[in-house]
Amino acid sequence: MSVAKLRIYRGDSNGGQEVEYEVPIEEGMVVLDAILFIQANYDGDLAVRWNCKAAKCGSCSAEINGMPKLTCKTRLDTLPLDKPITVHPVKTFPIMKDLVTDVSWNYEVRKKIPPFKYAEDTDWKMQQVDVERSQEFRKCIECFLCQDVCHILRDHNEKNEFFGPRMMIKIAELEMHPLDIEDRKPMLREAAGIGYCNITKCCTDICPEGIHITDNAIIPLKERVADTYFDPLQWIITKIKGS
Amino acid sequence: MANGTAQSSVTLRTDAWWISPLITAIVLGSFGIYSTWRAFSNVDFLVQPYLSPFYSPYILASWWPFSPALLILWAPLGFRATCYYYRKAYYRSFFMAPPGCAVKPMAKSGSYTGESKFPFILQNIHRYFFYAAGVVLFFLWVDAFHALWFEDGFGIGLGTIVLFVNVVLLSMYSLSCHSFRHLVGGRLNLFSKYPTRFKLWEKISGWNEHHMLWAWVSLFSVALADLYIFLLAKGIITDVRFI
Ligand code: SF4
Ligand code: SF4
Ligand code: FES
Ligand code: FES
Repeated sequence: MSVAKLRIYRGDSNGGQEVEYEVPIEEGMVVLDAILFIQANYDGDLAVRWNCKAAKCGSCSAEINGMPKLTCKTRLDTLPLDKPITVHPVKTFPIMKDLVTDVSWNYEVRKKIPPFKYAEDTDWKMQQVDVERSQEFRKCIECFLCQDVCHILRDHNEKNEFFGPRMMIKIAELEMHPLDIEDRKPMLREAAGIGYCNITKCCTDICPEGIHITDNAIIPLKERVADTYFDPLQWIITKIKGS
Repeated sequence: MANGTAQSSVTLRTDAWWISPLITAIVLGSFGIYSTWRAFSNVDFLVQPYLSPFYSPYILASWWPFSPALLILWAPLGFRATCYYYRKAYYRSFFMAPPGCAVKPMAKSGSYTGESKFPFILQNIHRYFFYAAGVVLFFLWVDAFHALWFEDGFGIGLGTIVLFVNVVLLSMYSLSCHSFRHLVGGRLNLFSKYPTRFKLWEKISGWNEHHMLWAWVSLFSVALADLYIFLLAKGIITDVRFI
């Protein structure tokens, strides 16, 4: 029976190292299967977070051969098996133990986004064409892989300046909603720090839900911010129309 | 089981992530050198009825002692420099911000401000370059039609086809622009109220998905169209007349 070698990061906030394991390969096996095999057969104290094993709960995020991925969605047969597969915890958030990190920062930032706001006399009938754009963003499973890969958070650690791509699609979802009346553009420009994003698209590249984070959320939001803050022509048109 | 340590501080990725930014840097760099040389040279750009796209519209101003290309090239150059796709391309390949996903950027932590400060905050005026490039595009269409009229009357030469292909590709590049997508309909939240704009937005969104492709093919076509006319002017090749 062929075996896969996995080098899994073991450690906590005080430091750690990779530990190598050999796992018998079975057809259709994903990285999470291999991790659970190790947990069951070698090291019962190997910490890993998972719930659904169906790419829907967003809890099994890790870095496989250096790329942020869901361990339950990454099949071993998609990886080069002639070399050991490395599995590290996500880099952007503080490690708790082994592959488990503390992602609570995301929930704190999420609270800063003003929720859906509607007018008193709202007619709640909506057309599909009007809600379709927001629906794409509701596919998000909050795996925070996009937050992990974003260099602004990952390497520059600008967590006080930039909310991150996951929060950008949350804001886009609300801003593009046909019945929402809140204006989040001032927040986008200031606290959420949309100007920090340099649209290098890593968030889109790695999103396991295939959400077009940059093309359908961040760039349209940048354009809306430009309408308000950087486009005198648009400003004049809005003034004339508004008055 | 053997223990190990992290492989590299730059990235843990094992694939050839550096190939894509390297190719981008070489191709964009080559285009930059070629177009600068051709724009400054001020010769070999007109072989009746073909005018090089670098010199269109051809402006002869007595007060301007330099190459007339410099009077107009700022528009398409600014359009491409502030284009959302090219931004990704050069931020990754020239600024290494970051060079690849989950790869360490070149800038030191704490020094990154993205597009929130000068000079990159100017990217927000992309739509104005879209307008300016639209004017140049109009003249390129005029040139393409002008290339149907030879000294002996109506005709079609290889140069005519080259100029038409070029202007079609440049038009697709403009029509698939993110700012245009926004202006046409992206800024609306109630599509159902504006059915025509919604239809247009849908069409443009389809083209916009391939904006990277249009960006590259139109870059090649504009350089090749100029090269064709340069080679004709130098007498290295002769034009083929079909009609
Ligand atoms: S946008 Fe995609 S990558 Fe980001 S948290 Fe949601 S599902 Fe995960
Ligand atoms: S496109 Fe913007 S938000 Fe997405 S990873 Fe890049 S910098 Fe971060
Ligand atoms: S275990 Fe639920 S997404 Fe992987
Ligand atoms: S986004 Fe590329 S030309 Fe506008």
